[in-house]
Amino acid sequence: MASSLTVANVDAGYAAVRVLEDVSLRVDAGETVALLGTNGNGKSTLMKCIMGIVRPSAGSITATIDGTAHELIGLSTEAIVDLGIAFVPEGRRLFPKQSVLENLQLGAYRPKARAELQRNLDFCFETFPRLKERKGQLAGSMSGGEQQMLALARALMSAPRILLIDEPSVGLAPLLVSRTIDKIKELKEGFDLTVLMAEQNFTQAIRIADRGYVIVHGRIAFEGESAEALNNNDLIREFYLGA
Amino acid sequence: MRAVPFVLALVVVACAIFGVGRAIGSSYAFFLGYVVVQYIVLGTAWNILGGYTGYVNFGVTAFFAIGAYSTVALYKLVPAMPLPVMVLIGGAMAALVGLGTGYLTLRLRGVFFSIATLALAVVVQTLITNWDFVGGARGAYVLRPKLAPLIGGEYVQYLFVVMLGLCVIVLATARAIERSSLGYGFAAIRDDEAAAEAAGVPTLRLKLIATTLSGGFMGMAGAPLPYYVTYLDPTSGFNLNYAVNAIAMPLIGGTSSWLGPVIGAVLVGGLQEVLRVTISSAANVLVAGVLMVAFVILAPQGIVGLFKRRPK
Repeated sequence: MASSLTVANVDAGYAAVRVLEDVSLRVDAGETVALLGTNGNGKSTLMKCIMGIVRPSAGSITATIDGTAHELIGLSTEAIVDLGIAFVPEGRRLFPKQSVLENLQLGAYRPKARAELQRNLDFCFETFPRLKERKGQLAGSMSGGEQQMLALARALMSAPRILLIDEPSVGLAPLLVSRTIDKIKELKEGFDLTVLMAEQNFTQAIRIADRGYVIVHGRIAFEGESAEALNNNDLIREFYLGA
Repeated sequence: MRAVPFVLALVVVACAIFGVGRAIGSSYAFFLGYVVVQYIVLGTAWNILGGYTGYVNFGVTAFFAIGAYSTVALYKLVPAMPLPVMVLIGGAMAALVGLGTGYLTLRLRGVFFSIATLALAVVVQTLITNWDFVGGARGAYVLRPKLAPLIGGEYVQYLFVVMLGLCVIVLATARAIERSSLGYGFAAIRDDEAAAEAAGVPTLRLKLIATTLSGGFMGMAGAPLPYYVTYLDPTSGFNLNYAVNAIAMPLIGGTSSWLGPVIGAVLVGGLQEVLRVTISSAANVLVAGVLMVAFVILAPQGIVGLFKRRPK
């Protein structure tokens, strides 16, 4: 069954600072949607609103999980994770002093996910054989690319239906960026996920995105119904390609 | 359950220690033993919050003194109340304060939380100093019965047994936490709180559990104190020694395991007693301070960390 996400007219900010203004977007079932924008435009804040880490001051966020609609605003983060939404935070945010295995186990902290821990762990090790080799190693001692893989795997440990990924390319070498992006596509297809990915690396992101939104100063400036539409947009030229 | 053999082993060790004390037959041995065991309890209680979740609590004396002053108040209200009941009530009071403090301050992270707990100690001390019923600034006398109930002998033996029992409970709890999902959650908070939250760890709830348990056990450690010292005033009840030792001992022993505070308390507490007798009682804080600085620089994982190597 399919899962989708709808954000409608969301305003949000931190104390007196308004970050998001009237943001609306949708991620349809089985899609990969890219949220594009440079630093400081509100991509991460939107992700945090969806996860219940930042509370929006207006608007609604609805997730439809396997056919049932849930209003997310007002739910705690752990309740949102329980519903089947997983989050890969910007900069990976692993538990550096825990082993790879412990990081994965912590991804399945919710009682619901704990019941399926072994099965999901097997899946993760199958998808990321490297992590199996290094399961006893401290997460903080791995390379950037491996850490990104671990962050993705940790998110999958809660057996999500919807995956939010905040800037998977941050701090990675170009080759690793493209590998990470490929891996996300592979995971999406393998686990039948619906994916919302915030990214500044435009060219990499639209390789796997079905659609995309450009966010500028906290507003959705452009909505591209296809990767092509994004590619041929003036705003994108202005903001990314410097032309 | 898996914990049963461990608890049994603790009880056996505790009985053996008490047996040795009886065989020595000197009341000084019991006075010394009480102090060391009290620090094991206090250090372990601090470690549940400070070591496992990484929230450094400088307000140890607030919780410790709430336990002690709760006993003073109960002694004035119901003099016949058995000591273990007083310990439970004192612990409950301190646990409540722990819960409240947690609720008010846990939105603060890192050093800001520590500053807030420091303020808590000052606030509680001011309140108690101005509370006449428990003696106010003058202090309060508690008459220690001559003989120990149940076990016979001097009363200090009874105090020692109560503290040993408390120690068994606290250590069993600490070890159970380490091996449960609670402990994993605490470690996740210590490593990266934002990531823990994103992974679905209910961080606020876990932190409240930690402050409540930690505060409660600190209060329990302080509850028998009035009977031990027989005269309690705010200056001694809120003595900096308790806070410094409760933090130094887990750091020296190692904060990652229940064994750390035990090693730290036995080592530092024992050394302090030796110095108190041979040199001067003023050397106490100096010892804890110097050792703490040395360990933070040379062995930040504490003594336990020196022997524990993580698998590569």
